[in-house]
Amino acid sequence: MSYPANYRYTREHEWIEVTGSIGVIGITDYAQASLGDIVYVDAPKVGDTVTANVTFGSVESVKAVSDLFSPVTGTVTAVNEELKDAPDQINEKPHEAWIIKVALADPGQLNSLLDAAAYEAFIAEES
Amino acid sequence: MRYLPKSPAEREKMLAEIGAASIDDLFAVIPAEDRMNRDLDVPRAHAESEIIDYFRAAGRKNATNYASFLGAGCYRHYRPVIIDSLIQRGEFLTSYTPYQAEITQGTLQAIFEFQTMIAELTGMDVANASMYDGSTGAAEAVMMAVRVTGRHKAVVAATVHPEYREVLVTYTKHQGLPETLVSYDRETGRIDLSSLEAAVTEETAAVLVQSPNFFGVIEDIPAIAEIVHAKGALLIVSIAEAVSLGVVRPPVEADIVSMEAQSFGVALSYGGPFCGVIAAKEKYVRQMPGRLVGQTVDGNGNRGFVLTLSTREQHIRREKATSNICTNQALVALMATIFLSVYGKEGIRELAEHNLAKANYAAQTLSAQPGAKLRFTGAPSFHEFVLQTEEAPAQWTQRLLDNKIVGGIDLSRWYPELQNCTLWCATEVITRKNIDAAADVLAATPAEA
Amino acid sequence: MTNSSVPVTTGNVRPHPTQNEALLFEISTPGKHAYKLPPLDVPAVDAASLLGATHRSQSAQLPELSEIEIVRHFTRLSTWNYAIDLGMYPLGSCTMKYNPRVNELVARIEGLAEAHPYRPDSLAQGILEVIDLLQRCLIEITGMDAITLQPAAGAHGEFTGILLVRAWHESQGNPRKKILIPDSAHGTNPASAAICGYTVETLKSNAEGGIDLDALTRQVDEDTAALMLTNPSTIGVFESQIAKIAEILHAKGALLYMDGANMNALVGKARPGDFGVDVMHLNLHKTFSTPHGGGGPGSGPVACKAFLEPFLPTPVLVQDQDGAKHWNYNRPQSVGRVRAFYGNVGMFIRALAYILANGPDGLRQTTEDAVLNANYIRKKLEDVYDLPYKTASMHEVVFSDKRQAALGVKTGEIAKRLIDYGFHPYTVSFPMIVHGALMIEPTESESLEELDQFIAAMRAIAKEVEETPELVKAAPHSTRVSKLDEVTAARKPILRWAPAVRPNAR
Repeated sequence: MSYPANYRYTREHEWIEVTGSIGVIGITDYAQASLGDIVYVDAPKVGDTVTANVTFGSVESVKAVSDLFSPVTGTVTAVNEELKDAPDQINEKPHEAWIIKVALADPGQLNSLLDAAAYEAFIAEES
Repeated sequence: MRYLPKSPAEREKMLAEIGAASIDDLFAVIPAEDRMNRDLDVPRAHAESEIIDYFRAAGRKNATNYASFLGAGCYRHYRPVIIDSLIQRGEFLTSYTPYQAEITQGTLQAIFEFQTMIAELTGMDVANASMYDGSTGAAEAVMMAVRVTGRHKAVVAATVHPEYREVLVTYTKHQGLPETLVSYDRETGRIDLSSLEAAVTEETAAVLVQSPNFFGVIEDIPAIAEIVHAKGALLIVSIAEAVSLGVVRPPVEADIVSMEAQSFGVALSYGGPFCGVIAAKEKYVRQMPGRLVGQTVDGNGNRGFVLTLSTREQHIRREKATSNICTNQALVALMATIFLSVYGKEGIRELAEHNLAKANYAAQTLSAQPGAKLRFTGAPSFHEFVLQTEEAPAQWTQRLLDNKIVGGIDLSRWYPELQNCTLWCATEVITRKNIDAAADVLAATPAEA
Repeated sequence: MTNSSVPVTTGNVRPHPTQNEALLFEISTPGKHAYKLPPLDVPAVDAASLLGATHRSQSAQLPELSEIEIVRHFTRLSTWNYAIDLGMYPLGSCTMKYNPRVNELVARIEGLAEAHPYRPDSLAQGILEVIDLLQRCLIEITGMDAITLQPAAGAHGEFTGILLVRAWHESQGNPRKKILIPDSAHGTNPASAAICGYTVETLKSNAEGGIDLDALTRQVDEDTAALMLTNPSTIGVFESQIAKIAEILHAKGALLYMDGANMNALVGKARPGDFGVDVMHLNLHKTFSTPHGGGGPGSGPVACKAFLEPFLPTPVLVQDQDGAKHWNYNRPQSVGRVRAFYGNVGMFIRALAYILANGPDGLRQTTEDAVLNANYIRKKLEDVYDLPYKTASMHEVVFSDKRQAALGVKTGEIAKRLIDYGFHPYTVSFPMIVHGALMIEPTESESLEELDQFIAAMRAIAKEVEETPELVKAAPHSTRVSKLDEVTAARKPILRWAPAVRPNAR
């Protein structure tokens, strides 16, 4: 699976797609493949604050839990309710199945994230 | 040594194959200064007959021919014979935790049945596979409520078993969880509702009550729930006498129920092992501690059972786990499951009614003796009651013992304000003769003005 | 068992009644019953009027069955279980040894099994003597000074031990902030530390899988309350620097807590109290033969040095001048209670019976056989499975699946294939410091015949990995159920049976 060029990525394997001042956040194909079948997503609520590099929730498979780290600081404007009943969407279409949407406090933070090429190089090294 | 399946020759052979000159080589990794250079100072090896003699002698010293009116969180009920016949099968007794589901379907299905029965009895949606006991279960339930609500205060009824309350303090004292104790109505023995209302705030995570409470009195759970929920706190009902659920309405308004299931076919055994269990409303299941068994299918579509929602637990979450619990009380829970199967839907009700009848007769008979009266009135109770006497319990306790009767326990030990008050329990195993004999001894007590 | 291929069963046992026992609720029929209460010798009561609003108007939907159905139900279920009585459990750090039957008999002796915990001490001298003797034996075995038998399991013991640590530090004026835990530790260690209000700092293991003394020296500071150490470690290796480790800790005022899960390698050969441990827990359901029972009950006594004795949970057992024993509740510095009553007394009886059966020679010989067995397995498998650590193994050996993983087969799959050979899997993927771990602890209870069969099975599987890996990856093939769908079980949990039509709850 390719990594969308207009997304930005973290070293903890989250992606963020920004339109205007809203960032849509999910986890990458690499992350979902490492986790295996996802059974549950622990997400924050609308109105909660998230902080760059700080955990905002977790993703669970049968035998493991993975913390989710926010790429940016901001306020949660939406949470993907579909993931409650169908967390497997993350396995099937990881770059579309978003977890939260965030109103960015500081768009400048995007500059410290990896672009698609840098992220692909990063995961190539990890493997 | 007869538990060791090796002959000396085999040991030699194995050492040779390993390439060790002697067994000492294999312990050389322990520095000499850390190794023992003498035998352990423990009793010499006993023949099997000697072991049995030793414990029989200990049992005789403990005396078995006393009628006992003790309750207070640990209850003597008849244990159907098939409980031990079945749980002593090696496949149950010597089996491991069912992590390998394909070869432990027996344990897993039995736990699923246990979970179902507990949910049915308590009126909750889900129940776990057991906790150590009722006291630690109550403490874990409070910590669960803290996780669910995000609040950090607890309100606890003084009518919760005193030792349960001590355990709660131990568990929570390093978690920044202050507790407020709410006292009881001096007439009825129930929790004082106006004090409760004053104590519960928007910062309260959990309110812990026990029903039937330590005095044997059944609480007004709907009224308590209203007060608790009005402030957004969770109601935890602790049940120390599981048999009560045969005839007492389940606390359906509770958010979490923590129960001690010892009454369901588990021997007293001087206080343990027992069988705690936590049950709760479905929405809290991911914050529940302890193991959970879930139903699923195998590759051929056949029904099977597995441990599930394991990501709550210590082996995955480690310091962020819902609890540190690993080993639970699985075999004891199996005893409870068999007990509940034997009594079944009708039997558990009939058993509870027998308990009610015995206690009712005991309460009436004992309180009719000169100088004695029931301390609490005006609220229903199950099979325990508090007797107040004019004479101090110490005076007639020995007289009862001389008549081979262990009477109720002196409450002033935990409640200094309850002087000359003793807590009595009458289950289905207590006989009318026992009760009448106890009454006679009390009647013989000179009732000095 | 020399033939490497095992026939695949495809469900031809399914129609069999023993193999298809339904849930109790599904075989229940109204009107059947298995109980009979004696007639009431007191006046019957009308529960509804006595209890009023607290009366249960609707009975719980419990099953209704006759006695033979219950007996068949659970007997059939039992046949679906693997158990020590059937064969070896090579599970690392679980110490799945023989559960002696005399233990079951003595635990049921009426005077002991029927004793109410609040009976007067004068009527409890028998059980109090049993408890006292067990305490003295365990103190002797651990080389400690004092003990509590209150904790109900190992994790409970860890919690209690860390409470003692904290209470002592508080008495010294500063509770301190953190507990150091090796990355090889069992999950209960950090979970227990967290309940006591400590943060957990991980200590990386060195190349030999032991404690890195330099890292330890760097990480121990005035904020460190204790190090929680498992010895032998979870890779079965004795921490030969243990005295130095204790020194480093004590120099900074920190304590050494030992997780005693692996005591089966030490009993009668070395005592933790002699090599610097301040406080530790034992697992009676591991080292001392009490049965696992499908997951519990256990018992996790905590032994400590004299300076921690004042903080022990209440009550403590004491002896009068005339030799009579009683419980002392007057313990002002106690950490409090960790559970109601005194502990899992039924397990104390079993553990003491085990100690009495063995005596000093038996206990020592048990330890020696445990270590002998593990080393024998190591020798016989080290040419086919990768040994990540070359240090000497004690009572357990840890391999990694490195060679097999290169061929596409992982430890979890090898473990499932072992089931087809009639064994319970070894511990998979733990400790976390070994990638693809195979953690094997045979215990002393395995005969040479059984060990050789286990070794033959493991060697056969290694060969299968090379020749027919798909057979291994799709294992197990011979079990009553095939691989269960754990994903759906976690996504959509079904945690109880439900009746088709629900009566109104009340």
